[in-house]
Amino acid sequence: MAVEVRLPNIFRPVAAGRASVRAEGATVGEVFEDLVRQYPELRASLLTPEGELHRHLNVFVNDDDIRYLGKLDAKVNDEDIVTLMPAVAGGA
Amino acid sequence: MLSRPLWERMVAHCLDGLPLEACGLLAGRPGAEAGSVEVLEAYPARNAAGSARLYTVEPVDLLRADRDAEARGWSLVGVWHSHTHTEAFPSPTDIAQAPDPDWHYVLVSLRDLEPSLRSYRIVGQDVAEEEVLVRGWCSPAR
Repeated sequence: MAVEVRLPNIFRPVAAGRASVRAEGATVGEVFEDLVRQYPELRASLLTPEGELHRHLNVFVNDDDIRYLGKLDAKVNDEDIVTLMPAVAGGA
Repeated sequence: MLSRPLWERMVAHCLDGLPLEACGLLAGRPGAEAGSVEVLEAYPARNAAGSARLYTVEPVDLLRADRDAEARGWSLVGVWHSHTHTEAFPSPTDIAQAPDPDWHYVLVSLRDLEPSLRSYRIVGQDVAEEEVLVRGWCSPAR
């Protein structure tokens, strides 16, 4: 499966400034492996050292949050759009 | 720079959220001056943290705001949230979790009777306040 991965501003410098890139895989985890193969510097922003989904990263397949689709096991289909967005959080 | 209705929407959303922290996202485009921004939309969001001292923008609200901004030719340029008990200055948590050095981080303090709205840029550990101009008001909003 080939999908479009939309990158937030802060990830774009490692992808030559591109707002979206292509990656392959049948699950989000596989798409991430392909992304890391292409852009090794992205790994620390996507995954924990143990290989889990980074807790400050939101990932959507089309309009759906992968936390409700099996996280890294979430399935993707050809031409799906995978959107990466850093969590927006803070507090007093 | 933002309009008075957007300023009021941001403050009203923070008051509506009490006693919990409230948050939302700002969309716009670069302003005339370097580093400035013209805020053209303010999207109230749900606080997924459900806390009086922490906020996390509900992820789906973040996605929707981003999509809407993009469809209108703008981009997300910042976030606002309330401080229910403290002044309108970024907390250590705000600074540690600020994801984007290009964003504008707006704080609405509800500590005093009159809400206070201020805006900051956060680059690494460096925090710099910036002027907030509300169209139709002749002085910076505080």
